[in-house]
Order: sequence, then C-alpha cells, then structure tokens
Amino acid sequence: MGNTRRKRRNRNEYYFDNTLLLCVLLLLFCGLIVLYSTSSYSAALEHGDSAYYLKKQCFATALGLVGMFLVSKFDYHRWVKLAVPIYVVSLILIALVKTPLGRTINGARRWIFIGGLSIQPAEAAKVAVIIIMTAFICALGKGIRRIKSIIVTLLIAALPAGMILFITKNMSSAIIVLGIAAVMIFVADPHYLRYFAVVAGVIALATLVVMLIVGSGESDAGGFRGDRIKAWVDPEAYASDEGFQTLQALYAIGSGGIIGKGLGQSMQKLGFLPEAQNDMVFSIICEELGLFGALCVLVLFGTLIYRFMIVANNAPDLTGALLVVGVMGHIAIQVILNIAVVTNTIPNTGITLPFISYGGTSILFLLAEIGIVLNVSGKIHLRDVE
Amino acid sequence: MRGYLTSHRKKVLFLFLCFLTCLVLLAGRLLYLMVFQSAYYSEKATQLHERERAIKAARGQILDRNGVVLAANQTVCTISVIHSQIQDEEAVIRMLCEKLELPEETVRKRVTKVSSIERIQSNVPKEIGDAIRKIDMPGVKIDEDYKRYYPYDTLASTVLGFTGGDNQGIIGLEVKYEDVLKGTDGIIYTMTDARGVELPASGESRKEPIAGNDLQISIDRNIQEYATMLATQAMQAKEAEGVSVLCMNPQNGEIYACVNVPEFHLNEPYTLTDEYLSLHQDDLYEDKQDELNRMWRNNCINDTYEPGSTFKVVTAAAALSEGVVSLSDTFHCPGYCVVEDRRIRCHKTTGHGSQNFVQATMNSCNPVFVNVGLRLGPEKYYEYFEKFGLLKKTGIDLPGEAGTIMHKKEDIGLVELATMSFGQSFQITPIQLITTISSIINGGKRVTPHFGVSMRDSSTGEAKKFSYPVTEGIVSEDTSEKMRLILEQVVANGGGKNGQVEGYAIGGKTATSQTLPRGSGRYISSFIGFAPADDPQIITLVVIRVPKGVYYGGTIAAPVVRKLYENILPYLEIEKAKENSNDGL
Repeated sequence: MGNTRRKRRNRNEYYFDNTLLLCVLLLLFCGLIVLYSTSSYSAALEHGDSAYYLKKQCFATALGLVGMFLVSKFDYHRWVKLAVPIYVVSLILIALVKTPLGRTINGARRWIFIGGLSIQPAEAAKVAVIIIMTAFICALGKGIRRIKSIIVTLLIAALPAGMILFITKNMSSAIIVLGIAAVMIFVADPHYLRYFAVVAGVIALATLVVMLIVGSGESDAGGFRGDRIKAWVDPEAYASDEGFQTLQALYAIGSGGIIGKGLGQSMQKLGFLPEAQNDMVFSIICEELGLFGALCVLVLFGTLIYRFMIVANNAPDLTGALLVVGVMGHIAIQVILNIAVVTNTIPNTGITLPFISYGGTSILFLLAEIGIVLNVSGKIHLRDVE
Repeated sequence: MRGYLTSHRKKVLFLFLCFLTCLVLLAGRLLYLMVFQSAYYSEKATQLHERERAIKAARGQILDRNGVVLAANQTVCTISVIHSQIQDEEAVIRMLCEKLELPEETVRKRVTKVSSIERIQSNVPKEIGDAIRKIDMPGVKIDEDYKRYYPYDTLASTVLGFTGGDNQGIIGLEVKYEDVLKGTDGIIYTMTDARGVELPASGESRKEPIAGNDLQISIDRNIQEYATMLATQAMQAKEAEGVSVLCMNPQNGEIYACVNVPEFHLNEPYTLTDEYLSLHQDDLYEDKQDELNRMWRNNCINDTYEPGSTFKVVTAAAALSEGVVSLSDTFHCPGYCVVEDRRIRCHKTTGHGSQNFVQATMNSCNPVFVNVGLRLGPEKYYEYFEKFGLLKKTGIDLPGEAGTIMHKKEDIGLVELATMSFGQSFQITPIQLITTISSIINGGKRVTPHFGVSMRDSSTGEAKKFSYPVTEGIVSEDTSEKMRLILEQVVANGGGKNGQVEGYAIGGKTATSQTLPRGSGRYISSFIGFAPADDPQIITLVVIRVPKGVYYGGTIAAPVVRKLYENILPYLEIEKAKENSNDGL
C-alpha cells in the first residue's frame, strides 16, 4: 500500500479509499452495459422500448450515487445512534407488504409501493440489520463472548429474517440477513472453535437433507425445495420444470467459452433464459464476455472485498469496523451465492448479483452501504495506519 | 504488525480468506464449465437456437434421345411475411395485393396474423418474386423453389408423368426414376429467439442442395410429335375413343415413341382435358380421382386387349418352330371351320379357297390358323406361349404394367386353342405384343422394352448407361427369317397393303378384333409394321380403339404406320431397299 509514503507527507491527512470507490464505479458501469445488452431484447418486446430497464436502472443508480455521496458525509456513529428507529422502521416496511401497499411482481409479493416508487423491504432490512447488530455488539462490549448474548444478538437478526421468510416468502434474503449477522458476530467474538462446530454442523445437516431427498424414491419428497435439490443434482432430468432455468444458465455459460461471443451477442438472453437481467445476469456475462470477462468481474468483487477488509482493519473504532464487516459480509455472501447458483454449484435460489442485476432497491441500499464504508474510511487518520 | 492484528482484525482477515477461497473455487468451477464443458453446452444451446428450413433441390431433367429437354424446372417463389419484422402493415398489404393480384381481405388476414411466419402465396412466377424482392419491405420474405415444367405440355404425357407438390414423381417415368431424378434438399439454419422468430442479424448458415441427375430417354421428340399428330388425325377421322402408337427399335428395345391420344396436359395434370370430357360425357365416374386416373392411363402398358389377327404371327412362329407347318403347305378354306361343336367363321364368309401357308397369312385366314393351332395341340401351344415370354410382364420401365390375362393351362380345350390361334379369348398389352413380335423377327432375341437410356450425374457430370436383360433363342434364326418373309408378303401383296411405303420393304400384320361383349359393334383395329423387312430397325404398333364406320385394321390402322414411316424412315436414315425386293412369291 502506498501508505508509508503518504505517512511522511502529512500526519493530519485523512484517508479516503479511492480503490474501493473505483471498484464500485467500475462494477456499476459494467453492470449498466451488461444490463442493457441483456434486457434490451425483452424490453423492446414487452415495453416497446429497448432501454426500458436501462432507464429505470440508471435512475436508481443516479439516485443511489447521490445517496452514497450524502451518506459518506454523514458520520457513521450517528447511524448507530439511530439504530433502533431504523430497525423498527425496517420491520414495519416488511409488515407493510401484507397491507394494500404491498405489490406483487412476477407472482411474488415482495414489494411495497410508496410515493411512486416500489421498494423491496428486504433490501432495507439488510442495512438495518448491519446497523442494529453493530449497535448491539458495541453495547455488549466484551459480553459478546458469552453464548447467551450471542443467541440474543442472533435473535435480533432472526426477527427480520423470519419476517422476510414468512411474509415475503423470500428464503434467500432471509439467509443473507442471517449470514450478515453471523459474520458480524464471528468477527466480534474472539472464539473460533464454536463457529467451526456450527459450520461443520450446518454442512453435515445440509448433506444429510440432500442425501435423504435424492435417495428417497418419492417424487414429492421435500416439496418444491426438494424438487429444486433434485434438479440441482441432475438438471437435465428436470429440464422442463425445476431444472429449466439452471440448464438454460449452463447453456449460456458453457457456450461462452474462453473469450465469449462478444458483447451483445448472447442468444440465451432472447427469451430462453428466464430472469436473464435479474438473478441470471452473470451467466449472460459469461456467454458474451467469456471466461475472461467472468473472471474480470470476479476480480473486481475480490478487490472490493479486499478493500472492505483494509478499511475494516484500519477503522478508528470497533463501530466502524463492524459496520464495514457487515457490508463486506452482505456483498461477499450475495456474490458467492449468486455465482454458485448460476453455475449450479448449489441448488437454485433467487439471489441477485450486487451492482449488476436489475433492481432499483437493491442498488439504492447497496450504494448507501458503500457510503457508510466510505465514511468509515474517511475517518482513518493516516498517522494511525501502520 | 503484531499489535495491529487484534482479535477482530485477525477474524476479518480470516473471513476475507474464506470469501477469497470461495471465489477461487467458483472461478475453478467456471473454468471447468467454460473450457472443458464448453463444447457440450454450446452444442446443446445451438440445437435450441437453430431452426432448419429446407432448400429444395432442383430435380433432374428428362431429355429425349437427342438431348431435347422434355421435363425441366422452373424457378418459382414462395412469398411469406414475418409478422414481427413488418414495419408498415398497410404498405405491405397494399404492395402484396397489387403484385400478387390477390383480394385485399385475404392478404390482410394473413399479414395481420400474429405468427412466426405466414405464407401468403406459393408458386409465384420468378419475375413477380424478383419485383417484390426489389421493393425490399421489412418482414416480407421471398423463398425460391422449383416447379416441374414440361415444355411440350401434352407430348408423351402418359410416359413422362408429372410430379406433385413436393416435386416427387406421381406417375410415369417421373415416379419410376424418382431415385435418379430426385435431388437432395439443402438446409438453411437460422437462429431464432425463444418464440421461434428468426433473427435477421444473426445471418444464416446453409447446406447447399444437390441437384438431381438428368435422365436421357429413348423417346425421339420428332417421332413422338409426328406420331401424336397422326394418332390425333386418325382418332378424329374415325371418331375413335383413343389411338395408341408404339414405336420401338426391335433390336434393343428402345422406344422411340409411345403415344396415347387423347394426351393430357402435364403442366396441369389435375384438369380433365376437353377431349377427355367430350369422350366420356356419357360415362363419367362420380369420383374425380377415378376420372383423373383414367385420363392418366398409358393404354400401351396399363391396359390389355385381345390382339386379334396380329397374334397370328405368334401362332405361325410357334408352328414353324415346331415344324408342324411349312411355308408351302396348302390349305382349303370354305369360309368356316368346325371345332368340336363350334363353328368358327372366317372373316371372308365365302371362303378363301385353296391357299398355301404364306397366302393364308396374307389373307389372315382364321380356319387355316385354327388348323395350325390344332396341329400344335393345347400343350405345345401353351408351352410356346410361355417360351415367348407372353406369361410374364415385359419389364418395361414404367409403373403399372398389366399382366397377361390367359386361360389356365388345364382349361385350354380345343375351342380355346382354336380361338387363341387367331388372337382371341385372352388379353395382352400392346407393349407385350410388340415385344413378342420383335423377338420373332429380330432373330429370336427377347429384348426388354424401355425408355431410360442413361443418367448423367449432376455433381460429377458422368454419364451412366442403363442395361436391360435380353433373352436369346426365342425362335431360331431360320424361323425368324421365314416370319420376316411371310410378313413382308402380307404388306407387299396381302391384307397389309395400306402399310406399304414407297422404296422400303415393310413387314407387318393387320388385326381387327371385337371387344367384349361380342356383338356390341365395338372393334379394335390395329396394325403392326416393321422396316426394313429383312433387317428390322423399327417396329410400330398402331391400335385404334372403337372407330366409327370402317373398322378394318388394314384399312384404317395400316395407313397411320405408312404415313409415319414415310417421314421417319428417311429421318432415321434407314436405307431404302433394292428395287426388286418386293417381288418374292
């Protein structure tokens, strides 16, 4: 890091993470290009305007960038002070899905419609959980080492997660909320062994469930999630139903090859791959830009996560560090799960790719989180950096 | 650094490494999918995206023996619209109405229909298709296609046959030589989106079609045309129901002409011709398809008839071979003969009186031939019938050849034998008769009558000649020579006088047979004649079905052969005979 040089220049200078900002802007830029390429065909067909999705996404991105700028100027400690109201508001937003404000899109009731905008409360809940967890863990201090407080902390996150799961029927967002909480608790608590035990237990349980479902001859074992698991094991056997989307994604990825078909040349986006501009956007990146393009995107995300680590580890206090860790967990989990789903590494579940998938609420809150991280990075005194 | 790595910092680092590991593993998974599995998934994806459209291959041409094209291909267009690509519906409708001369309602219905591709009209002439292509309106597609085209329309219609909507042979040589003529269709692969709509931008890949092979046939267009004209004249003059002319090389079985008037229009085979309708106005079938099948019949091959006196040639050849008769044997004809309880009349009721065998043939005397037949006996007669190949089909290369309708061997009594001796009570096809008589006069070779001579491979340009089986030793050369002599006398001085052609020695035999049931006044007149008499190069059979007025074969059928030979013998460069060759007996 060029930090040693800067240290010599001015002891009172504050740090600002340019690399992180650059990564985010690059991802946003690539995301908009890929989104236009992916969505223009279906947008022209369904809405008569090939830029339909691009325009909406550009609006959300612009709004998000303004939001990010404002948030980055807003001292992060004040978020923590507002943690409880934010948390409560986010819970209310989730509950509003059940009211007439709720909106059903593509058969899923996950949106609410306020002031001309439709928002997905689950996205807001992720930020709210990061903030409330930070506030709670900081309040606990060393108390976080106790199993009892860990469970209480987890329950704070489990409440919105449960609401997301049961009210909006959105298991993936619930998993992400819990994942964020788990990551933050893991960082705050100096113990290792208990976490390894939990992880090992979860893996063992998941393996057992998969083996039970696949092994049982019954066709309806485990309901629709059971079908998804069976389709994961052998997508071609379920090509017409549960395995359809996965298989189409694999066609896209596989036909991309090393250098891809070229930007705009995807065939699978022409109605073959459902949710092409949404959850499955990464497979179109693979098809058009090839292994090379896909790895570039992975490197961008890798760099972003690396920068989160640097900011977290140089943060002036635990509050800042935990906020950044929360954001890091959020983005890393979502990237890893999304790519794992698209490549059929894990069973299919709807998770968007941060900054690239179509979705206004997601981009808005992601940029707000980046704003928080930038604010934390801006509080780093260069003299503190070793 | 040690102080820096407090507990939570270590954890963040650990966490980062975990995430990094996941990303690296996923990169590995991508590497596997996009490099090692790429071919598999690419192929699957291509299968999903590609649509195949056939490009019709050109069918091989049919050429006459001199290379004149008898069946060719015409380029036609199919006009379709792709709804999703149309920009100005009204303009497209207006343009198509004008160019294709279709009612607006029809065009509008098809243009506005939301489908991936909608056919407006097929078999559009190329000029109109080109004009539409030139206007170049988005969403209008012009596909080229081939349509069979017969330049001479009615010429040899029952021989050539025609093709159906997919350019497949329906009848005649077109179906018999389907494998030779048929090309291999090409394929256009186009990319489509999930709805099946073709993507104009992605282009298309093609597998070029392979044209069919050309077929050269033995028909001579000039002879066929002239024979058709003569047959038509005879038919009109005699108000006959039909006239067939078969003209063949007796040495190798190549058919120069095969006429069955009235012919039909090959370019419009599904339209009953006016001639046909006026002929059959009283006995039209209920089903149009039956009617069409009747119009399409090749009477020379698909229909049998009682050959009558022309068959005396076969009886004579059998008797000479067996040695039961010699040319100088004398017979007496009182105008009838009695076989068992049946009295068989001669056509000359007053009787021919005393005559030798040659004279009896010249006179076409029934009692003499009954006598000769009886000398052979049923057993022998049947044996010769079989030996001459009359029980089998000729093997001509046209579909639907009719078999001989013949008594069972054990059913042949003396009465049956007597009637068979002068060509009654059994039925054969004209092609069977001409083939059998050819073998009797050509030295005893039974050739296979045929049209197909050779094919020319469309890709290599190589010609391949067809070969046909020949059976030797049907009769001895001696018998054959005697038969030529007798038949030459029939034309020179006997019943076939009207078949004489100045400067040529012609051999031949007339026939007049009554159709079944007897006594209906319906006759079939025929004449079979060959030239030159001593070395036959051409043999012709004319069959006039149900003539009105005079119905003797020697009077109405023989002149047709004469007129034909007057023109085509010089045309075929058959040398004239020496002046005194007709003297003989």
